[in-house]
Amino acid sequence: MLVKGIKSRPVYTGLGIDPYARRHIFTIEGEGVEAVLDQVKTNGSAFLATSEFLCVGTATRLEALKPHDLWTAPTIPILLYRLRAMLQNAKMGLRVYISGTEGFIGQVMQVAIECGIDFNSIRTEHRGSEARRVQCVHCKGITDDVKTSPFICTHCGLSLLVRDHYSRRIAAFQGVCIDAEEPGTAPAPELMFP
Amino acid sequence: MNIKFRQETFRHDFTARNSPENIKRFPFPFHEDKYMYSVNMEPHVPAGPKGYAFENMIDVDEHYVAEMQDRALVLKEDPLRCQALPHMMQAQWDTLELLMEHQAANYPDHFSLTKNGDQWHWINRPMNIDQKFTFGDASTLPYEPMEYITRQSQGDFCIVDQRDGQLWMDAGMVTTQADWSLDFDIGMNFMEWHGPVPLAHQLGVFDRALKFLLNLQQGKPVRRLNWTMTINPRLDTSPENYPKWAQDRLTVTPENVGNKVHLRCELQSLWRLPRSNAILFVIRCYLIKMEELVTVPKWARRFHRVLRDLPPELVDYKGLTRFRPMTVEWLSKFDDGAPTSSGIFPD
Repeated sequence: MLVKGIKSRPVYTGLGIDPYARRHIFTIEGEGVEAVLDQVKTNGSAFLATSEFLCVGTATRLEALKPHDLWTAPTIPILLYRLRAMLQNAKMGLRVYISGTEGFIGQVMQVAIECGIDFNSIRTEHRGSEARRVQCVHCKGITDDVKTSPFICTHCGLSLLVRDHYSRRIAAFQGVCIDAEEPGTAPAPELMFP
Repeated sequence: MNIKFRQETFRHDFTARNSPENIKRFPFPFHEDKYMYSVNMEPHVPAGPKGYAFENMIDVDEHYVAEMQDRALVLKEDPLRCQALPHMMQAQWDTLELLMEHQAANYPDHFSLTKNGDQWHWINRPMNIDQKFTFGDASTLPYEPMEYITRQSQGDFCIVDQRDGQLWMDAGMVTTQADWSLDFDIGMNFMEWHGPVPLAHQLGVFDRALKFLLNLQQGKPVRRLNWTMTINPRLDTSPENYPKWAQDRLTVTPENVGNKVHLRCELQSLWRLPRSNAILFVIRCYLIKMEELVTVPKWARRFHRVLRDLPPELVDYKGLTRFRPMTVEWLSKFDDGAPTSSGIFPD
């Protein structure tokens, strides 16, 4: 079923504050707040003076740290819209950090890459749900927050097996029809990504 | 060389088949009676008996016209099968030059290329195309250069950019693929796009292949053979259309194995491109029916043994589970246990 260890599957190595960066932009979703608090615990709070936070979800515990700037977006697309504008005017010495669910990390990274930032330079930490963003390889529609495999494509209705194969460009895992050989024989969805 | 092009289909009524002469030139992918992944690359130079698929480095055969018609149908249904990232334009021109020059030089009865500075004149007689254009000016062609020439060249084509000690799949024309998606994989690096392949990563195959390819030199192309199996002579076994072809696997019976089951060989050649320093990766697909394959006794014996003893991970990854036992049983009638000669060519 799910073949593990596929090389395209992203690895999130942690936020790791860059001491040489002149400006830090943090994009934080939900439980991603914890990743920042852990950094403060281990590295101290000096970096906060040059840090700007773009958050989705409750960020009161970050506000309490009084960073240089903090803004809360009501939804992910609104965060991405502001981030794009910020990165288009960005200068050398900027470091981007992302923490939250995989779907969130992928979408932020997509914007950063489009703005010319090398994906290897972006610091990422996965926090929160393991739910996935999945592209249907057949109709190309993307379904967010997929917790089971198989799942029903919200666009074309096929029952899709979620693979570990991942595209940074699309910011999604690949979903492939599970009962194509014998339509109607799809197994029951199994909770795979809680 | 005057090729008689077949009128045939690779979908619906599946009339495609090989003439007896074409069977003998099939690039048979097994040099011994067993198979495992390896970095099986060799210089892409002429080899084999006269007329073999390795005679010309860009091979044109009797399926040319029908394959190009099938490609046009695929693109009409799904334009995402041909994509190029914006920084690949120079590599697109490199590709056009390479394919035009090889086809014109090796098949002068069918193709001609005349150059006067950047004013080029291309004639493709089998497809009834006569095109004058300015090399380097995409506005003088009806498509971007890669799409233009790969609508007139057999095989799938990927253009791979080289930077940061990696290879990046940044452009491609992919309509005859063994179940991988250009639209999903475009922009990935060498390790990422090979991510789903089982066993080979652990064997170090991709590390060695990448190291080798990063040093590929201009004028010294290399080739390797890869394979899978396909039910019916269907070129477009894409993941996009998987729901349309997966059911074919259930139509195999002991009576129709010889006609339905095909060995699908990919002759992969890799070429360093001169201006862009990118690599052109040609994945040329050849299909042969079991009943055609067994007309070469060595290939019948060998393929029976390879398929019978294939590691289970490969059976699963290549999608052979449903019809392999029946095919092994059918092939066993053609295997008398006699030893086979080494190498891929017929005796």
